[in-house]
Amino acid sequence: MKTALDGSIAEYAWLLPLLPLLGALINGFLAIAPRLSGRGTTGTVAERELAAGARHAGTNAIVSIVAPGVMLLAFGLAVAIFATMRGVALEEPFVRVFARWMPVGELVVDWGLQLDQLSILMTLVITGVGALIHLFSIGYMKADPGYARYFAYLNLFVAFMLTLVLGSSYAVLFVGWEGVGLCSYLLIGFWFSEKANADAGKKAFIVNRIGDFGFLVAMFLIWATVGTLDFVGAHQALAGLGGSAVLLSIALFLFLGCAGKSAQLPLYVWLPDAMAGPTPVSALIHAATMVTAGVYLIARASPIFAGAPEASLLVALVGALTALFAATVALRQWDIKKVLAYSTVSQLGYMFVAVGTGAYTAGVFHLVTHAFFKAVLFLGAGSVIHALHHAYHHTHRHEDAQDLRNMGGLSRYMPATFAAMTMATLAIAGIPPLSGFFSKDEILSATFARAVSSPLANATLLGIPGRSLLYAIYALGIVTALLTAIYMTRMLLMAFTGANRTGAAEQEALHEAPAIMTGPVVILALLALAGGWLNLPTLIPIGPVGALEHWLEPVVGASAARLSGTAKLSHGTEQVLVGIAIAAAVLGIAVAWVLYRRPLQDKAHSPADRGFAGVLANAYNVDAAVDAAVVRPLDGLAGAVLTRGIDVGVDGTFSAGGGILSRTASLIGQRLQDGDVGKYAWLLAAGALAMLAALTLR
Amino acid sequence: MIAEALAVSAVLFCIGVVGVLTRRNAIIVFMCAELMLNAVNLSFVALAKMHGVTGHVFVVMVMTIAAAEAAVGLAIVISVFRHFGSVDLGSVRMLRG
Repeated sequence: MKTALDGSIAEYAWLLPLLPLLGALINGFLAIAPRLSGRGTTGTVAERELAAGARHAGTNAIVSIVAPGVMLLAFGLAVAIFATMRGVALEEPFVRVFARWMPVGELVVDWGLQLDQLSILMTLVITGVGALIHLFSIGYMKADPGYARYFAYLNLFVAFMLTLVLGSSYAVLFVGWEGVGLCSYLLIGFWFSEKANADAGKKAFIVNRIGDFGFLVAMFLIWATVGTLDFVGAHQALAGLGGSAVLLSIALFLFLGCAGKSAQLPLYVWLPDAMAGPTPVSALIHAATMVTAGVYLIARASPIFAGAPEASLLVALVGALTALFAATVALRQWDIKKVLAYSTVSQLGYMFVAVGTGAYTAGVFHLVTHAFFKAVLFLGAGSVIHALHHAYHHTHRHEDAQDLRNMGGLSRYMPATFAAMTMATLAIAGIPPLSGFFSKDEILSATFARAVSSPLANATLLGIPGRSLLYAIYALGIVTALLTAIYMTRMLLMAFTGANRTGAAEQEALHEAPAIMTGPVVILALLALAGGWLNLPTLIPIGPVGALEHWLEPVVGASAARLSGTAKLSHGTEQVLVGIAIAAAVLGIAVAWVLYRRPLQDKAHSPADRGFAGVLANAYNVDAAVDAAVVRPLDGLAGAVLTRGIDVGVDGTFSAGGGILSRTASLIGQRLQDGDVGKYAWLLAAGALAMLAALTLR
Repeated sequence: MIAEALAVSAVLFCIGVVGVLTRRNAIIVFMCAELMLNAVNLSFVALAKMHGVTGHVFVVMVMTIAAAEAAVGLAIVISVFRHFGSVDLGSVRMLRG
């Protein structure tokens, strides 16, 4: 297929995933090189340690250049491709096939890349935010012995993430999908010497298996139905099946995959635990990029979801419930990263509301702005944790550096971080004109508009009319917006205002993070401030209106139109909706201000979590319930099968039985071969007779 | 005619088998084995009348091999006698397990 991009710089798109992969290989080699060459060193212990230290410093210097370097190169290339794409009108996606991967009978899968408006947008976010987080990590991971290993994993993650968004078929996307899962596992359990961290990594991997099962079944169904897994071919062939049962099943199974990867109910349980990894990892993987892969997949598969309105309604409903659920839990968390983790689950819920209601642009818009402000929040939290960790290290006290009860008054010590995090908090709360306000408002007003009049409102989910569901989803969204403002303001006030609770001796050691860490945070904060300009609503024309909407039109426009129809809200209604959204945000901040304006005096004064607050602090005891309902029975079953079944049963039977068998056989052989020639002759004759009998007496 | 020859052959063969199975003296066992060979030879010759010259060829071959076997076998018996001081097969049991 000829496109306007033929022969342009877009032909080099294959470099995008290969650059971080190259970085991963180099850093991975540097990570294992000391172990390969470290043997046979002579000299005293002190000399050897000195040599190892020098080598370490040299290795780290190379890693510090290579890891962010490949990211910046990839970002530059993405920007160049984006600039070229802006210059041409690209109606059909630009697809390049590089090699045949799996020719199995009728199934042919190619290694192919697909460039279109959606994938280049994702690439820009991944490489841009990714490069900044790589730079931040240089400061954050400076003293870590696993420095090279960390960056090898991080580069590898970006390579897989780019494979995910640039793949031209469901199969290639799945390679990236599993690859980022692997890197997520490796990075959650990065400090694997603590069992809790390793367990958290395993939990993420296992919970994601459930989702991946759904994704695989969806792929099988797509192939069985249309005989291809390429996006272009499959979507064309599936377009005619709108409303059919098979399309509905494909959509539902795909959604199961998305719910696992993007931490939606009921598969969200792994994300809060995933905070065990280094904080920049939480920012990159568990906030900005990987967890949004589900949103990307639904936007990518929008022709499928547009043909299955019931599935779309379910997506939106699950998203809204997840958003509210996680927001309530975030209200009572003491761990600063847990607050942000539940906040991420909640914001992902918003994105699913958007893609579920057919507002694909709004979903992707929120994905982008969320990548900005949540990266700021996580990196800022990383700076805070870094500072507290060093302060406690300084005085040799063992305290939790992530506990909000140990913070307070940090704005005096870390003004730049405080400013950036305030900006991001206002953005996520939805205060205009920050980015979060625009994207969240677009989701909420799109939901309301769909509820008023759209093909989606006329569909039903399990007998419930879509219209009532959409109004309910809108209401849930508004409540969640209120809660979001409350819990984020609470976190900010707890950490940065009031008296410092870190400790008298520790205050000496509290200081702002180095420039390599504050720099990326400030840049991201500016993006969080200005991100709304990507897609301004017609109501507030302070710049180019609906730029992202126009940009994504060739990819998701047709599907969005199928679900949402053509009806538009009147300006009056839209103004009321915007007013409600702003009111919710302001009210939330006010409530949090009243409740947490005077934070705790010290850790001992923290109120006990009683009643419902306790339930929230324990995240509705979901982990304990899952543990009791799923993990323990499975564990018991596995123990029974393995211990009593395999060890005692199979192993016992075979080893003991085998022994008896061979002993008996040897005894018989011993009796037969006793050297008595006469006996041999008898046996010979008997054998001959037996053979004769067998041959003649038939 | 053939029936009678085969009957004699069968009787001779059975005598040979019983001799091999029951006797302990190596020389006698050896002779009984020869008897079995010659019983087979007899049936070959008898059947050659019906089926052509192949039977005769076999007989010549068996006699040749029997001659070679007798040479080797008697040599073994002599060395057994030198080693064990007896040709009783019951005493030659060094390989029993």
